[in-house]
Amino acid sequence: MMGTRLVWCVAIIGFLGVFGSGSRLAQADQTALIKVDGSSTVYLLTEAVAEEFQKANRGSIRVTVGISGTGGGFKKFCRGETDIADASRPILKEEMDLCQKNGIAYYELPIAFDAMTVAVSPKNTWITSMTVGELKKIWEPAAQNKITRWNQINSDWPDAPLVLFGPGSDSGTFDYFTDAVVGKAKASRGDYTASEDDNVIVQGIESNKNALGYMGFAYYAAQMKKLKAVAIVGKGGPVLPSAENVINGTYQPLSRPLFIYVNENAAKRTEVKDFVAYYLTEGPKLIAEVRYIPLPEQVYNKVSERFKKGDVGTGFGGVPEVGLAVDEIMSRPPKR
Amino acid sequence: MSAQSSPHPHASIARRKIAEALFKVLGLCSLAIAVGTLVLLFGALLFEGITRIDWQFLMSYPSRHAAQAGILSAWVGSTLIMLVTAVVGIPLGVAAAIYLEEYARKTWMTELIEVTVTNLAGVPSIIYGLLALGLFVYIMGLGESILVAGLTLALLTLPVVIVTTREAIRAIPVEIREAAYALGATKWQTLTHHVLPYSVAGILTGIILALSRAIGETAPLVTIGALTFIAFLPPAPVTTHPPYLSFDWLLSPFTVMPIQMFGWVSRPGEDFIGNAAAAGVLLVGMTLTMNGVAIYLRYRMRKQVSW
Repeated sequence: MMGTRLVWCVAIIGFLGVFGSGSRLAQADQTALIKVDGSSTVYLLTEAVAEEFQKANRGSIRVTVGISGTGGGFKKFCRGETDIADASRPILKEEMDLCQKNGIAYYELPIAFDAMTVAVSPKNTWITSMTVGELKKIWEPAAQNKITRWNQINSDWPDAPLVLFGPGSDSGTFDYFTDAVVGKAKASRGDYTASEDDNVIVQGIESNKNALGYMGFAYYAAQMKKLKAVAIVGKGGPVLPSAENVINGTYQPLSRPLFIYVNENAAKRTEVKDFVAYYLTEGPKLIAEVRYIPLPEQVYNKVSERFKKGDVGTGFGGVPEVGLAVDEIMSRPPKR
Repeated sequence: MSAQSSPHPHASIARRKIAEALFKVLGLCSLAIAVGTLVLLFGALLFEGITRIDWQFLMSYPSRHAAQAGILSAWVGSTLIMLVTAVVGIPLGVAAAIYLEEYARKTWMTELIEVTVTNLAGVPSIIYGLLALGLFVYIMGLGESILVAGLTLALLTLPVVIVTTREAIRAIPVEIREAAYALGATKWQTLTHHVLPYSVAGILTGIILALSRAIGETAPLVTIGALTFIAFLPPAPVTTHPPYLSFDWLLSPFTVMPIQMFGWVSRPGEDFIGNAAAAGVLLVGMTLTMNGVAIYLRYRMRKQVSW
């Protein structure tokens, strides 16, 4: 009776709402809205920039940021659903093809560096540095169920169980680390504790003196007291992850550039143009706060120039690459 | 088994008594484990989060500074999506159940539909997300909006609403219907005057269950494109110029409470753990409020029924 009448009223209003809004689709698209999606690593920086940008514009421009991952972000970007893609690696061949199929050209803008960090527990007394070869011995697929004790890698190390932590296989950090250390993206042993939440990795390493794991620099920098970073032995001896060592190019091969990709057509809109300009000028000031490594000033100038001049395309040709130095990333002319 | 067939009737009784006592202890243990875990979890959440909950937390947008971050966009998003879900899911579900139970002829077709609906209630929620991504986002072009999220969760709740509504209607004694028909009432009159009012308590229970499941859902919303950072509210539903009602908010991008929580938990450092716990406490609060309202309505409506 009264209850059913109410139900019917609500239903009718609901359906009116659904159909009423359908006709307004076009209208809603015209308000100033910038859509960003992609890497959860770059998210931290884009979020900070978006927050400040919206404050500076007193909310007249709306910015949304999602975390679909680098791959998921490119999928949406190349379908034209987002204006900007956050990426923790250069665009790959198949993603370039998808963009081309949909007629989407893009600016490739490096915005910061990340230093992937290998860490052990502070209670671990025998490790201060490791070579890439030793890391490979630990993480390569052939190590599965075979390399299970520390002394199997280096006889100076104790006869103690090797407990491993790392990100899950959907993560860009996983892709890059396996590529840089094992030599092939996604080639890794599977018998380690994998977590999409890097805080779980931090906790795991902290509480076990036989543990070893890897994570993005921001997670290490936020929890320095709980972890001991492992120096990576390069040409000139062991190098610890730090802003300085990334910029001078000695922390290799685990430092990687982070990018934003901007849709060329979207960049013709004033709000997107303003946002990208804001990102490149104010972003560097926010980078230290989110614990990534800013590029040198002259590199930012080059990036701004690329955006202003309208140089679209990628400088990497769709092939994954590790160990890029800071001055290298802008030295390659972008190609469509 | 008769007592005579057993050589030691007393031993047999003693054995059965032991079995009974054992089961009692087992049941008590299961209950203690279930309730204990729940209390422990919620206690930890409350302990970590309660100090973070204040007006500022409720009325602020997300921020990279833990102390300034709030959940305004998340709780508004969750509330609006629940509204769309309820408005679409409940009438469709109840109407479908009434048709199936009262009007449809019992053929192999209705049997098949019945089995399918029951099975749908057990389908993982991500499947609904994928369906919604294809249907609402790509084919219908509704974008990653509150409307799509609401419709997705409505689909998710439909089977539960249909199944429980049918059960509730079926529980009304046939005599009531026969009495109504005997007095010359039509099927529709019987339904609206008798069957529905009497079964409304059961129907509401189903609706509570369905909406409580929907409000905690993350997977299907992530699939259709829920966002993590969103520092603005959807357009207001009421405007100052005619027609004074606006449905633009339906097409607004959104975030929801569980997604905001996950975003905070997975950030570097520990600053945001308190925020995540506080959001968790509020989410539990929202679910309990929803249940509370439904329980109150059920109580009111049950009081009106006398037979």
